[in-house]
Amino acid sequence: MGSTNSTLSKIPNVEELMQETGFTPAHIVRLYDRFEALDKEKTGHLRPQDFGAINRLAMNPIGDRIIGAFFSPGQETVDFHSFVRTLAHFRPVDKKRPKDPSMPEPVNSRTSKLKFAFQLYDQDKDGKISRAELLQVLRSMLEMQVTEEQLESIADRTIQEADLDKDDAISFEEFRKVPPARALRLTYQHGAFAAQGTQNTKTCKVHAHRK
Amino acid sequence: MVLLAISRPSLASEATGNGTENTITTLPIVIWKWEEIHFPYLVALWVLVSWLCKLVFQLNPCLTRVIPESGLLICIGWVLGGIIYGADKVQTFRLQPFTFFFYLLPQIVLDAGYSMPNKLFFGNLGAILVYAVIGTCWNAATLGLALWGCWLGGAMGNIDTGLLQLLLFGSLIAAVDPVAVIAVFEEVHVNEVLYILVFGESLLNDGVTVVLFNVFDAFVSLGGAQIDAVEIIKGIISFFVVAVGGSLVGVVFALLISLLTRCTKNIQIIEPGFIFVLGYLSYLTAEMLSLSAILSCTFCGVCCQKYINANMDERSVSTVRSTMKVFANGSETIIFVFLGISAIDPSIWVWNTAFILLTLLFIFVFRFIGVFLLTWILNQYRLVPLDFIDQLVMGYGGLRGAVAYGLVLLLDENKYKEKKLMISTTLIVVYFTVMLQGITMKPLVTWLKVKRAAVSERTLAEKIQNRTFDHMLVAIEDISGQIGDNYMRDKWNNFEEKWLYWLLMTPIARKSCDPIFNIFHKLNIKDATSYVKEGERRGSLAFVRNESKADVDFNKKFGADFSEMIRDSVPSVCLDMHEQDLKMRESEDFDAHHLLQQHLYKGRKQHRHRYSRKHLEVNKDEHEVQEIFQRTMRSRLESFKSAKMGVAPPKKISKHLKKDQPQKVREACTFSSFPLVFITILLEFLINLNLSPGLAGIVNPAFMAEMDTMDPMPPMQQIPSWLAEAEVDSSNMVPSQRAQLRLPWTPSNLRRLAPLCLSTHSNDSFLLADSPATQEGISELPPPPPPQDGQGQGTHK
Repeated sequence: MGSTNSTLSKIPNVEELMQETGFTPAHIVRLYDRFEALDKEKTGHLRPQDFGAINRLAMNPIGDRIIGAFFSPGQETVDFHSFVRTLAHFRPVDKKRPKDPSMPEPVNSRTSKLKFAFQLYDQDKDGKISRAELLQVLRSMLEMQVTEEQLESIADRTIQEADLDKDDAISFEEFRKVPPARALRLTYQHGAFAAQGTQNTKTCKVHAHRK
Repeated sequence: MVLLAISRPSLASEATGNGTENTITTLPIVIWKWEEIHFPYLVALWVLVSWLCKLVFQLNPCLTRVIPESGLLICIGWVLGGIIYGADKVQTFRLQPFTFFFYLLPQIVLDAGYSMPNKLFFGNLGAILVYAVIGTCWNAATLGLALWGCWLGGAMGNIDTGLLQLLLFGSLIAAVDPVAVIAVFEEVHVNEVLYILVFGESLLNDGVTVVLFNVFDAFVSLGGAQIDAVEIIKGIISFFVVAVGGSLVGVVFALLISLLTRCTKNIQIIEPGFIFVLGYLSYLTAEMLSLSAILSCTFCGVCCQKYINANMDERSVSTVRSTMKVFANGSETIIFVFLGISAIDPSIWVWNTAFILLTLLFIFVFRFIGVFLLTWILNQYRLVPLDFIDQLVMGYGGLRGAVAYGLVLLLDENKYKEKKLMISTTLIVVYFTVMLQGITMKPLVTWLKVKRAAVSERTLAEKIQNRTFDHMLVAIEDISGQIGDNYMRDKWNNFEEKWLYWLLMTPIARKSCDPIFNIFHKLNIKDATSYVKEGERRGSLAFVRNESKADVDFNKKFGADFSEMIRDSVPSVCLDMHEQDLKMRESEDFDAHHLLQQHLYKGRKQHRHRYSRKHLEVNKDEHEVQEIFQRTMRSRLESFKSAKMGVAPPKKISKHLKKDQPQKVREACTFSSFPLVFITILLEFLINLNLSPGLAGIVNPAFMAEMDTMDPMPPMQQIPSWLAEAEVDSSNMVPSQRAQLRLPWTPSNLRRLAPLCLSTHSNDSFLLADSPATQEGISELPPPPPPQDGQGQGTHK
């Protein structure tokens, strides 16, 4: 697979990226191919339109939010690094990682996964899910026949249950009070995210020395 | 059914002989003509009786919940068989193989092929082929060898058989039966991947079964000594020829059908008939060439469905669908009833406990072993691996049915001394799998699912979170994509679009081929027309319908679509939300949990399979997907507009009707100005949609940067309320005196007018519109709001 080598060399700072996200070279190459396939105009950046071109996302109730999560605030485009970093949230958790409080949380830890999910709800990034934001999410995930009143009462009761400090909003601390197993559901196990390189094991070995 | 051979000559002789040989002495007024018509009469009578059986157990609905329909039909067959045997002392009616294979099976297979969910089928084709080919060979070989081993060991006593005969028996009983599988899995709801795997396997393994059957039959005729490497190689080659040849025949007929429906525009009344005739011919042609007839029929249905559904008129399509279901369901009923009747015949029963029990045991065990082995291998390559429970259900769902029985009846008694034993065993196996496994399948699945659903969703927050996570994963799956998959699919799609559409579809069908454009186009028109109707009803939009005043003739512009939509009285926008609201206020208690359970959108993973023998209704999941799609498109449209115009999008749904009465006055002017806004949007948008270059279907109009270079959208600062799904209040309608103004608008004028309508603190938008000094109007606009947050999405609902 000599092409892997050449593809990797096209990507700037690929070593850093792999360190940070934990993807193997084979995974990176795969994601790069996908990135290029999405980037139809070959600008090296993805815009919302490029994500919008994925038909099946339009059939996802929170598809547009997820697209939004790829874009950092104030930015109009996504480059390959941000693309990979966002996707890295969904890698399987490294079970063998030592618990070292001084090191920053890796991107695919349980906390980071939950934080990512939290940001989907919290659009204005104030660290809390307000009632209005919750209503928006609920509206998008419930069928159209659900009326406003029903929606409001669901939102009210949800906040009631989850809100411990009674500030009528859900903070990240309250959000993360879930059984640990649930956070692990935010793991996508296949293709580029496979924990062990079930595909392209040869290239992994070849490039092992790069790490 | 009366033996064909006997009845035909008797009919002929009756026809010629009647009347000339009998001497009559007086004019008979009424004659008893039983001998002439007894054949068709009996056929019709038996069909009626079989179908009436279905009626019988519908009387007791809780019975069908426990025992699958197929099992109940067999039981009724036993009863009927008992009655007939009691009356005649011999079983005059039974399931003849010829009748089964040529009159009862083809329509079931055609129906299965025609209703096959193609994307799912071809997406999993690799796995299906592995199970069908390798799995069936494995089952046949292990069963034959195991039985042979036991026979050698003397467990079965003294039966006159040999290795080859046992291998043949293994091959005919190894095949999973499509009829039985469909019948049982109807009742049990499993996820769609599992369903398509079992279903696809049951259809495609016919290729293997036919080959194995013929090969071993030939080997038995040749005798053991003649079999050498050449024969075995020939056997392997014959597999490929039979399987691939059968499929090709099916594809050829699919092409024929598609080409035919292209030309049948003027004979729509008889159009549906062609499908059936050609489908049947594909079955018969393959049979004639000794290829796999089931494969041929399946692929005929699978390949032609898309094109004929596009080409034919809607009524023809629904006729075809319903008729297929009638035939398929009817055939299935008859098959099962006769499977029951055929058993009540002592002449065929030879009981050998060891043989029968061993067969049952081995079938069961080897099926599970085969499934687990193959799945383990497949999971290395699959994107979404099959988990243990799915494998268990798949192994358990290996039902045998009428095809095995039909095949065993075809055996030549002289070559197979133990034919009766084989028949008995086959019948026992069929009954066991269909009834016992059928009955226990549902509880098993339920029990397994309960075990698996260990995550308890006690709080609302947890429920919502879980669902959100599901959607997130599906989205990530779509975004990260899988290169291999998409590559092949894209290539096929390109090929299809370039050549097949041109060849096989009528020009009109081709145009409306893009489903997404279709949906979006329809929803625009639908929303627009329903809005017009609403407004018209309330009096302010009366002028729109009055053609002398309006410049826009809807009928001409949108043709048939429009008149259809006008008649369609269901608005897709919640214009009547306030009415619903009133109802809700009355019923005080509703359970939030229950609401969530009912109304949360299911993620893709939880969608159920769409094929159903019994029900014709549209899949609810389709509606869900359409609904989600509509909303996404709307929100994108809205954010696109606001992003372009730099205006804050309208207030969101958090505003509630009840609370906002006082603010309604402000909305009034926008409402009255709506027709101008709306018509402009409709026209401009649809024009722009048609002009936008290079979009593969209009997927994301909201993100079209290309639109900059074309006619710019009119400065639509106000997002019309129907797009925003905001509350609409009809009670504060501006009085219709405005409607009587002779509006100086034409489509081009609308652009001038549009910005003026939007000043939210002026009630006199119309008067402003009339004033020549448009400059003042614009200057009154509120200052542009702060820029969007950079995600370029706008806010979401």
